Amino acid sequence: MTVSTAATGTARIARAFARARDEKRLAMVVYLTVGYPDRAATSGLLRAALDGGADVLELGVPFSDPLADGATVQRASEIALRQGISLAECLAEAATIVRDRDATVLLMGYANPFLQYRGGLNRFASDAAHAGAAGIIVPDLPSEESAEFDAALDSQGLARIDLYAPTTPDERLARLVPHARGFVYCVSLTGVTGARRALGADVAEFVGRVRRHTSLPIAVGFGISAPEHVASLRGVADAVVVGSAALDAVSAAPADRRADALRAFVSSLAAAGRA
Amino acid sequence: MITKTRPGRYGEFGGQYLPETLMPAVAELEAAWLDARADAEFQRELARVLRDWVGRPTPLTDAPRLASAVGLSRVLLKREDLAHTGAHKINSAVGQALLAKRMGKRRIVAETGAGQHGVASAAACALLGLDCVVYMGSVDVRRQQANVFRMKLLGAEVREVDAGSKTLKDAVNEAIRDWVTNVRTTYYLLGSAIGPHPYPAMVRDFQTVIGREAREQCLARLGDLPDVVVACVGGGSNAIGIFSAFIDDANVKLVGVEAGGEGIASGKHAASIVGGSVGVLHGSRTLVLQDEQGQIRETHSVSAGLDYPGVGPEHAALGQSGRVRYVARTDREALDAFALLSRTEGIIPALEPAHAIAELSAIAKDGAAQNVLVCLSGRGDKDLEIVMREGVIR
Repeated sequence: MTVSTAATGTARIARAFARARDEKRLAMVVYLTVGYPDRAATSGLLRAALDGGADVLELGVPFSDPLADGATVQRASEIALRQGISLAECLAEAATIVRDRDATVLLMGYANPFLQYRGGLNRFASDAAHAGAAGIIVPDLPSEESAEFDAALDSQGLARIDLYAPTTPDERLARLVPHARGFVYCVSLTGVTGARRALGADVAEFVGRVRRHTSLPIAVGFGISAPEHVASLRGVADAVVVGSAALDAVSAAPADRRADALRAFVSSLAAAGRA
Repeated sequence: MITKTRPGRYGEFGGQYLPETLMPAVAELEAAWLDARADAEFQRELARVLRDWVGRPTPLTDAPRLASAVGLSRVLLKREDLAHTGAHKINSAVGQALLAKRMGKRRIVAETGAGQHGVASAAACALLGLDCVVYMGSVDVRRQQANVFRMKLLGAEVREVDAGSKTLKDAVNEAIRDWVTNVRTTYYLLGSAIGPHPYPAMVRDFQTVIGREAREQCLARLGDLPDVVVACVGGGSNAIGIFSAFIDDANVKLVGVEAGGEGIASGKHAASIVGGSVGVLHGSRTLVLQDEQGQIRETHSVSAGLDYPGVGPEHAALGQSGRVRYVARTDREALDAFALLSRTEGIIPALEPAHAIAELSAIAKDGAAQNVLVCLSGRGDKDLEIVMREGVIR
């Protein structure tokens, strides 16, 4: 594949979402924990997710205490940590998939490993930009605590993707959403990550509340595990995020069929996102 | 003394590192707490429960045989071990349970390590007719069977946590996950002065009763303030509770004793101030035990109540400013102190405050101190099995 020119992270994100919008479909954001089920598998799984139709990849940076995650991501993180997966290694995975496939890549992980990055947050931002990453998602970093992250990331053109929840009041949305970068990540329910049978009943209403304050694309995540979930979000959101269910698809497959299983799973969700 | 740049910040420490879903909940909690704090009726009800049900004020006990054994002129013990359910944890548990009820939350979740906070929460919920779910690491469930039974007897549901190190930090993670999921109906009754704002400030507030009483009792008994105040520090709620009354008295030295486990050099300890570095854990920027990658390390202490890889953010700031001196005492030293207090004063302490007792001979060697106040934060019944195994009585 071609090597991308030096587009900034936020520009990469905009490009990925614009492509989906032009094709009149939901953009697919796929999360995979780096190092799950083992270090060697990650690169092939990321490619499989792209082949299945992922527009944006979230590379999960494992953390010892993932308090916003359900059982699937907890277990994947534990397995990754047992192999010693570091943030630096996640950046190296990002660099490879950006180089080989011109992918739009976000790093998703908890605040502490970013804060402890050797050389500090500014160094991290510079290394992430160099790797071609588009931005980061930090589930335990509300806007109240994000100033030092934002300063470091902004200077490198990287986005910190905000998450909002059904519990976020309108007054808070009005104050914070206009500052969002890249896209806005709406958490579909009150709870931790993990596949669910049904999405929260108030998703459309919630996305509507958020949309009043931004022209950025809106992605819905947490709980999405089936084509009908994706189909139900057509006309509501601009993108869906699938994480735990993607990991579950990987786990359920025999070792030599994991990449195929993931590609097929992502592809089934992507199909449901087309009009 | 402490620069609060904004509410919930202690210098560079503190804050609210939480999922967005919980941000409205902590704002609601802060508002409800400040409102209750200023409400004379709430304060009267809290004071009544603390007096009639918890058994406050707890006594201040002179410990002359202990003093003589460690080489001090006078040691005074603030007897939180005599509070209902056997530890200071009840002060904050009942205060928060009253607050939860006032907020209209009928379901309580709590975490527990050794089980003391779980028992206190279960008892407070029984008193007030609230549903109580306690998360406890499966390792702790096995080593604290009696407290598991107590919680069940008090009507609580105990949920075993099998993730991570299967101890206190993982119980906190799971309690937070429950809270995120059920935030609209559920109150998180956090047991120590840790976590996101307003917990460190609120738990401290409910524990200041220890310091207020001890200060008055010292003035009445000694005609003066103590020279030194000593308390054990895990998350640090008993310590911040007793220190709070003396922080502005520059002549009173404050000493916090962390769990040194098998020694700081061994790496097997739970001393986050003495042996940790700045990081983010459980919603707060504080001192934590972590590896170079920012992964939280597994801890070790003979005392399950101190076996936690972080510390309250106010303690981190008090250590940085130098107002409180933090030290660590090993498992062995704590076990020896456990036996010493039992024999000299007829008081069996919990292993947690045994760490504070273990610091007394060092304070004596310092030479300057005449009168030392110790927060005896809990009683040792829960620890008998562990102490038997450790071979304290030979």
